[in-house]
Amino acid sequence: MTHMFDMTSIEPGGIANVSRRFVMKGIVGSGALVLGASMLPRSAMSAWDTGADTMPGGTVNDPHVYVAIDPSGMVTIITNRSEMGTGARTSLPMVVADEMEADWLRVRVAQAPGDEKKYGNQDTDGSRSIRHFVQPMRQCGAAMRMMLEQAAATRWGVKVSEVRAENHKVVHLASGNMLGYGELAKAASALLTPPVDSLKLKDPRDFRYIGTGSIPIVDLFDITTGRATYGIDAKIPGMKFAVIARPPVVGGNLVSFDATEALKVPGVEKVVEVQGWPWPSKFMPVGGVAVVARNTGSAIKGRDKLKVVWDNGPNAQYDSVAFRKQMEETAANPCKVVRNDGDAEAALKSAAKVVTAQYYIPHLAHASMEPPNALVNVFQGKAGTECVAYAPTQSPGGCRDDLAKMLGIPVENVTVNVPLLGGGFGRKSKWDYVLEAALVSKATGAPIKVVWTREDDIQHDFYHTVSAERIDAGIDTNSKVIAWRHRSVAPTIMSTFKAGADHEAPFELGMGLVDNPFAIPNLRCENGQCQPFTRIGWFRSVSNIPHGFAVQSMVAEIAAALGRDPKDVLLELLGPDRIVDPRKSPEVADYWNYGDPFETYPIDTGRLRRVAEIAADQAGWGKPLPKGEGLGIAAHRSFLTYVATVVHAVVDDKGKLSIRQVDTAIDCGFHINPERIRSQIEGAAVMGLALAKHGQITFKDGRPQQTNFDGFVVARINDAPLDVRTHIVPADWNVPSSGVGEPGLPPFAPALCNAIFAATGKRIRSLPIGDQLKV
Amino acid sequence: MVTLNVNGQSHSYDGDTDIPLLWVIRDELGLTGTKFGCGKGLCGACTVHLGGVAVHSCSVTVADAAGKTIVTIEGLDPEGNHPVQRAWRETSAPQCGYCHAGQIMQAAALLAVTPKPSDQDILTAMSGNICRCGCYQRIAEAVRLASTGV
Repeated sequence: MTHMFDMTSIEPGGIANVSRRFVMKGIVGSGALVLGASMLPRSAMSAWDTGADTMPGGTVNDPHVYVAIDPSGMVTIITNRSEMGTGARTSLPMVVADEMEADWLRVRVAQAPGDEKKYGNQDTDGSRSIRHFVQPMRQCGAAMRMMLEQAAATRWGVKVSEVRAENHKVVHLASGNMLGYGELAKAASALLTPPVDSLKLKDPRDFRYIGTGSIPIVDLFDITTGRATYGIDAKIPGMKFAVIARPPVVGGNLVSFDATEALKVPGVEKVVEVQGWPWPSKFMPVGGVAVVARNTGSAIKGRDKLKVVWDNGPNAQYDSVAFRKQMEETAANPCKVVRNDGDAEAALKSAAKVVTAQYYIPHLAHASMEPPNALVNVFQGKAGTECVAYAPTQSPGGCRDDLAKMLGIPVENVTVNVPLLGGGFGRKSKWDYVLEAALVSKATGAPIKVVWTREDDIQHDFYHTVSAERIDAGIDTNSKVIAWRHRSVAPTIMSTFKAGADHEAPFELGMGLVDNPFAIPNLRCENGQCQPFTRIGWFRSVSNIPHGFAVQSMVAEIAAALGRDPKDVLLELLGPDRIVDPRKSPEVADYWNYGDPFETYPIDTGRLRRVAEIAADQAGWGKPLPKGEGLGIAAHRSFLTYVATVVHAVVDDKGKLSIRQVDTAIDCGFHINPERIRSQIEGAAVMGLALAKHGQITFKDGRPQQTNFDGFVVARINDAPLDVRTHIVPADWNVPSSGVGEPGLPPFAPALCNAIFAATGKRIRSLPIGDQLKV
Repeated sequence: MVTLNVNGQSHSYDGDTDIPLLWVIRDELGLTGTKFGCGKGLCGACTVHLGGVAVHSCSVTVADAAGKTIVTIEGLDPEGNHPVQRAWRETSAPQCGYCHAGQIMQAAALLAVTPKPSDQDILTAMSGNICRCGCYQRIAEAVRLASTGV
């Protein structure tokens, strides 16, 4: 597939007579046609307000940036989001196509290089692609449609109200005359973008593609033939291949190396030192020694022959077992109060019964099937030192900025092309591997493809945090839960950026801790002091994993303590349908609602209740099951989306676990591509099983003890859930779209462990399950 | 110098023959459809057909592959219309799609030997291929579909 990088036929220059910046500053006079799309706040035309414009680069909705039509009628729609498997690269252009009345068969998608000034924010993370861009992309498509209609009306000398765009052509309603989009392309693109408040969006009843799930992903054919180009597949003539030996303990340093034997390996051409940045190193490289060869196989062989002396640095004592003990001790004692409704301490003291449980969720590695890699060429060009990268990155904008900064060149001299990502899960939001390739390219004067082996990936990840969660629930004599105290102790992602960061940040606390939706009068959340000895990073659904696991396991533990049905207890704890506003709770500081306005995306317990009821109904909750089988339920709001999962687990008499069926209900508001929502939910069940059953990274002497898929075990087809049923709650355009990529994950592990309890009476509080079920 | 017969074409390679076939296919011949996943034969992303049998190209040396018939995803079907490929599209199996060339090559090898596999045959044959996105439900469905006619 060559067209991904072929931008030559895209002419986003129709607005050339008035520069976009000029328009944006509002210097141009009044009059509809000379106003730029960005003159008015986008919210003026938005059905709902989002936090999109607080992200770096904000949003852009101008068809002059996003749409090009060639004279043959072929429409090119640019996507600004990285494709890592969610389908965003298809779904957002599909929104533009639908709004502009383009025929999808005559649409091709082009991938934007990193340029947030031009394309708006490009951080493909936080389950934000649809949530933040569905409205700008609708506006973009509507503007393009209206420009095409204007061009046709002008050509015919009729009023624009007499014409209508329809399936790749504009029709003059009275005469039936038609002009194809190709014929109108030049005239339409010469028009200025209509002002945002003049845009007429389509009636959702007229959508051809949005909401139908009928459009396969644009790369489907190429994926099945091996032609799809991932980052690791990029090519530049003359490129060399490199692997890097990195400090075995993060925070360590290179002392010395001897490359004599490595250089004797056939195919090895050079060995160079790679600069490392001091701990905490943010997204900068950790340094090491690069072996450059004619192919990756020779580079790996050469690296095996390197003799390197490392200083292991300040984290060499990291030991998971000792760290766990320390975290659990912290959780056993009062910690920093981060939410305090009522008086939980007093209520716990007066409670007739107190249920206490401690949960543990280990570090996880992302282990995307395509390991980190990048192809970078740093060379002397017309503009001085230039840099061209092909990088499977979730953040091409930030990556570009850091490449420029590190190389000391203007950002305009840096191009970050974004091929497909073979999975991301948050790992590829960090661009250290791209910077490494740039350093090696600069040092060797050749285009360099750095590939991380799987061992590199597992041993040098930005790991999902490790967490000890303790919950004490107080129950009165009427079996009502009157007190809830949840202590969370986990290293913060902020520690990767700032030495000494030792408490969860608001964005972590907001993921399932202080946003607790339960109707409990005395509800206290605490966060313990904790500093990591490794790099912590975002992993799909982030802190929702430990918080959600603890909260949703505890619900079933309370049910068990009371001899009640776990679903009934869950619904009772959710309480009456209402909006829960953590900002009104004492001690909640800087409540983080996934970066979006609370008014648009409140915590609506009615929606959470509804998904729980749907999942339970669809799973046949309450049906009689044979011995060794059980249903478990969990419901969790994350990324502004409501998800409930019921797992049907089977545990045989030897303790072998299998999953018979999974029912997941999801309410993500107005949805674009139900087919890709289903695939995300199916995938979340598999990843959820992987982390619940197998997943852990442990440390000894500062080093991860797992190296590859034999140690860091992920789910395989023969233990994966293969009957995952997704129930999407229908929603109109007036229900704001929310996230899909991540929210399917948090409920799975607690639903599974609750199902295991129902099947066996065995409560799993420490993940992974491993051999805990073995009889 | 060795000769590699890949997708019906002969390629000569003058480098170290003691390295995995995978890297010569990808880096020297530029056939990047075959993917790197683990380098240890644990994940199946690099699956190719060697003498008609599915193998992990990360675990076969160039020397061992020389002179044998090698088929990669690019050579599975000239039009990309092998029944397995069609079934894959019919079920919209991929998410990120990275591991799917290996999955498809593994499934095609299964069906070549066992045209009507049982569900258990499918799970056993496909259990060496990891998909981190978790497309297994559709992969199982696609293999079943390919075996019953797309």
